[in-house]
Amino acid sequence: MSDLTVDDLADVRAGDKGDTLILAVLPRDGEAYAVLERDLTPEAVARHFAVTEPVVRTELPHLPALVFRVPAVLAGGVTGYSGLDGHGKSLGYHLLMLRLDRTP
Amino acid sequence: MGLVIRLGAGAGFAGDRIDPAVELARDGALDYLVFECLGERTVAAGQLRRLADPDGGYDPLLEARMRAVLPVIEPGQTRIITNSGAANPIAAGRRVADVARALDRPTRVAVVTGDDALETVRRLDPVVWETGEPLSTSTEELVSANAYLGAEGIRLALADGPDVVVTGRVADPALYLGPLQHEFGWAADNWPLLAAGTVVGHLLECAGQLTGGYFADPGTKPVPGLARLGFPFADVRPDGTATLGKLDGSGGRLDVRTATEQLLYEVDRPEAYLTPDVVANFSGVSFREAGPDRVEVAGASGAARPDDLKVTLGFRGGWLGEGQISYAGPRALARAELAAEIVRERLADVHGIAPDAIGVELIGAGAAFRGLAPATEPLEVRLRVTARTADATQAHTVGWEVESLYTNGPAGGGGARTGIQQSLVVRSCLVPRDLVSPTVTLMEER
Repeated sequence: MSDLTVDDLADVRAGDKGDTLILAVLPRDGEAYAVLERDLTPEAVARHFAVTEPVVRTELPHLPALVFRVPAVLAGGVTGYSGLDGHGKSLGYHLLMLRLDRTP
Repeated sequence: MGLVIRLGAGAGFAGDRIDPAVELARDGALDYLVFECLGERTVAAGQLRRLADPDGGYDPLLEARMRAVLPVIEPGQTRIITNSGAANPIAAGRRVADVARALDRPTRVAVVTGDDALETVRRLDPVVWETGEPLSTSTEELVSANAYLGAEGIRLALADGPDVVVTGRVADPALYLGPLQHEFGWAADNWPLLAAGTVVGHLLECAGQLTGGYFADPGTKPVPGLARLGFPFADVRPDGTATLGKLDGSGGRLDVRTATEQLLYEVDRPEAYLTPDVVANFSGVSFREAGPDRVEVAGASGAARPDDLKVTLGFRGGWLGEGQISYAGPRALARAELAAEIVRERLADVHGIAPDAIGVELIGAGAAFRGLAPATEPLEVRLRVTARTADATQAHTVGWEVESLYTNGPAGGGGARTGIQQSLVVRSCLVPRDLVSPTVTLMEER
């Protein structure tokens, strides 16, 4: 385990659709994209958010960006969840705290 | 018709700021100013207001927005499009006409209706996405059903030459696609162009989010002048390519990074972004900086629109009661946890609230991350207890039990606040598109 986190390499924008959390990961350059493409796997994101349903990753190398679709994580979403952040807007910053397993 | 159409973003949500729209309306040389003011929750909340007042149910800020922008736009040059009609577009259209008359600004108002699908879903009994069961099995009372209309109604309305177009539920990007179709004569099955217009609409629909709002982070993404954030505009060409921009001297920043974040915002499948007008493919979209706060966008592609339209269903969901109280200093977290246990026990045993209807958040100790990250001992913790209840009286007991911790709970609790609100549950279903069609009504100029 290294000290490198997603926050060192990328920005994250969180969005929601019902119970699904959508995380757009925006690496700050091509090198960062390569590291994240290798190490920020759908499985790593699923573990970080403690979900059992599969996480889907879309790769957009030309932007560059990775989009993660994390299902069944928002506990009812904006109208179903009684907690303050039903959208899960702050959860993008939880992904920024993910420690990457390997160093570049 | 010019070669370039300039679309400006006047609002990105119902509660958005008004002054950036005024700046854009006054100094932006816009062809269209678009106010996106309707979310899934907002339309259902509007339906509740309309049930209480038959003349209500539209965006509460509509009048203030119109009062602010109508005096500064050039009549006949800048047209306004807004989904502020929410649950009552006709009443909203009347209100806009009233405001214009009071300002002595002759204004032609067209209203697009047809999104109300309540009778249709009652008859069809479609499967509700969230439950997987037919609508008729829902136990809560259905109060609203609004289909996402596409750009067609706006295109039809613009043919009548209005100054303001008011709609109810319309897919957000369609508010921008409609005027492009009207101006450029894009066919309703020209998927690449409809996709290009949809990308422009998607980039603009959250207004300030394209120009550095919701992007700013002092450590990694500094944005200047957020207190006077400039809203964006797009200069769109007949081939669907566009230049994004904001007014010189306004706050914020517009560059490839802000544009890329907004392109992917709330997009779960970039290769298939579903709208009523087209299935847009964002995966080939690219950006290029064309000057200070100017970004070129190109590369959208698209495929045939879906056969079904998404419908937002609003149900009465009972009441949500809440109470909050703070603990600080040594053992703050332990005292907040003890307080939570006491309130839980009291709500269940004394007030008969089901344990699974009670929610506890320890704000300051990782509540936003929902237990996914380990909490460290914070300097202060704010306990928030909620419960969903069938009636308002029971909802009141939540705040009551939190407040009574003052004399019955852990040491040092402070700043208790309580509240209740009627809650609304929003779910979704599909209906065949041929059962939903837009209608345009012109408001009489009195």
